Amino acid sequence: MTSSPTGRGQALVIRGGTVLDAGGERRADVLIGADGRIAAVGTDLDAPVRIDAGDCVVTPGLVDLFAQLGQPGHEDTETIASAARAAALGGFTAVVARPDTDPPADCAAVVREILAIGADAVCDVRVSGALTVGLGGERLAPMAELAALGVRLFADEGGSTADTRLLRRALEYAADLGVTVADQPEDPTLARGGCAHEGEWASRLGLPGIPAEAEELGVMRDLALAHLTGGSLHLRRLSTAASLSMAAAARAGGVAVTTAVTPQHAVLTEAALAGYDPVFLFRPPLRPEADRLAVLAALADGRADVLVSDHWPQPLEAKELPVDAAAPGAVGLETVLGLALGPMGLTLAQALAALSWNPAAVAGLADAHGGRLVAGRPANLCVIDPSAVWSHDPATGASRSRNTPFGGVELRGRVRHTILWGEPVVSDGRVQR
Amino acid sequence: MKHLLSIAELGRDGVDEVLRVADSFAEVNARAIPKVPALRGRTVATVFFEDSTRTRLSFETAAKRLSADTLSFSASSSSVNKGESLRDTALTIEALGVDCLVVRHKSAGVPWQLARWVDAAVVNAGDGWHEHPTQALLDCWALRRRVGQLEGLHIAIVGDIRHSRVARSDVAAFSLLGADVTLVAPATLQPASTVGWAPGPGRLAVSADLDAVLGGCDVVYLLRMQLERQGEPLLPSLREYTERFGLTAARADRLSDKALVMHPGPMNRGVEIAAEVADGPRSLILEQVEAGVSVRMAVLFLLLQGGTP
Repeated sequence: MTSSPTGRGQALVIRGGTVLDAGGERRADVLIGADGRIAAVGTDLDAPVRIDAGDCVVTPGLVDLFAQLGQPGHEDTETIASAARAAALGGFTAVVARPDTDPPADCAAVVREILAIGADAVCDVRVSGALTVGLGGERLAPMAELAALGVRLFADEGGSTADTRLLRRALEYAADLGVTVADQPEDPTLARGGCAHEGEWASRLGLPGIPAEAEELGVMRDLALAHLTGGSLHLRRLSTAASLSMAAAARAGGVAVTTAVTPQHAVLTEAALAGYDPVFLFRPPLRPEADRLAVLAALADGRADVLVSDHWPQPLEAKELPVDAAAPGAVGLETVLGLALGPMGLTLAQALAALSWNPAAVAGLADAHGGRLVAGRPANLCVIDPSAVWSHDPATGASRSRNTPFGGVELRGRVRHTILWGEPVVSDGRVQR
Repeated sequence: MKHLLSIAELGRDGVDEVLRVADSFAEVNARAIPKVPALRGRTVATVFFEDSTRTRLSFETAAKRLSADTLSFSASSSSVNKGESLRDTALTIEALGVDCLVVRHKSAGVPWQLARWVDAAVVNAGDGWHEHPTQALLDCWALRRRVGQLEGLHIAIVGDIRHSRVARSDVAAFSLLGADVTLVAPATLQPASTVGWAPGPGRLAVSADLDAVLGGCDVVYLLRMQLERQGEPLLPSLREYTERFGLTAARADRLSDKALVMHPGPMNRGVEIAAEVADGPRSLILEQVEAGVSVRMAVLFLLLQGGTP
């Protein structure tokens, strides 16, 4: 959908680093041509512009499947330009925008607008389409028309697609088009009115609960429909051990399903709400420790394909309401890699699979992002210092919003350089434009 | 003590202290002119985002008997309905020179949030389904005055436990003072978990059979029963509830001779409690209401003055 920009017009070389991509790990220099593509990967390469990658890892850029970019309609909390800067700082070379903009991305005009604004951004901006008109859950959006604009993922944000019959039709129709239907699995009646995981902490705190089974019933339904239709299904933000097991079992049985998890469900538990701070409010809710460990295990063994940023900017006032009325979500583009390598304790290979090549494949972006660093591929990559220990200050972040529970948390692994179509958009940890 | 947010935060020593100070104020309240100058010049605001005539009146009476000035804020007559944020509301009230906010809200945790934003003392006068610590304190005080001490008592709390802030605070307070508690309700009205509710030494149990529990009880504490929560039916009918869980005259006859009956009010006579039981000799219900003023005087005094009265 987006034509490749022409690069910065000057060859550069990344020297002395360890290349880590979907093909494995090796010491190599990466030569990037003036055309914005990788010219060579090997030893003793040189060019007029040199980037020193000693002690660093050179990888395909990260790809985010699930970020609220704010535009159009929520510019008070984020713009595509500010989100793209946050993304580039976090090592992302591509982000897929959520469709719940205002107006939603349910027609060609809105998708074109987002792509047009994103064309100047420091990150490749793609769009996931609304599954239904107005996200209303009643009539299918013009999926073929949007697919022709490059949309590869369709979802109704703001909850699960409630109508089972409609979701069946969407999966059938999507299969013809070669696109994927994403769902946030949840049984809406079982979850109704809840804001915290139903269990020890919600009971202690007197908060209305959502049982794990609300998500798991949604997973069962969605997997059954994917099996029935042969359609490609992506399950967003799985948060319970049983959800991840069921998805893995279905995939082993031939169902075309991929799964994503979030950093908050891998780092925090239901106990985080003990102080009644809505910064810890998420959908689905934070779960008990056993589920957190299951999310981590699934990232480590590949049952969870993707770690999404779940970037969801919120204005301050939306977090200054009672917990059961406040807005869920956190900004996440700048911290997800540092959380993966720090508090989550993933290896570089595990983290990058879940943050780069797996999401690139799910998003249909594997021709330009993720994959392997080899000659001829577009130069979308980043240079990470994997042993750097740092912490994020939301007040000085690139995002327009500050809602994150991870400010001040010790993170590991910092992005030094991000290269987008051959252009260093982040150099030495600073956004270049 | 900076705020009174929950029984758990108050702890055993804090509960004892409030009850002891309440004893002194009960004497004050027995005088011909039940008023002391302890909090002259201080201002107490009752900030009620949810209607409650009884609790508000009890707090305001307590503040006035301590000679504090009182302000009254209620959501229905305020800019909350115009979309003002919780934080703005709290800061605005504090800017009027208020020393203490007595807060009631339909959502759990609001007093914690306000306590982070204001310098004034915050008293939780009921937050959602979570806690109602002064109710538990007055229950303990009234009960202690009648029976001497709570240690070793067996107290059954009967009703909609899941949605009850009174139950959560009472379980914590009774347990701290050494009473064992059994929560009696159908499964639809029991919480998903009671882990962390009873700090001990009193133990906590759960039952769905009032008749099995009744004989061994020293106190039956009945909660107000509502048929619906947010339009969701929790029971087939109130009649069926009364049949299984109501303290009818027949059930009250099976209680031990000394057993007492408590209720936080307002009562649904004929639903969770029979009228003759509510008005009978076992009933501690009016003494609970009376205790409210002394206990709330003690709380306000300890927060705003410190020392001994």
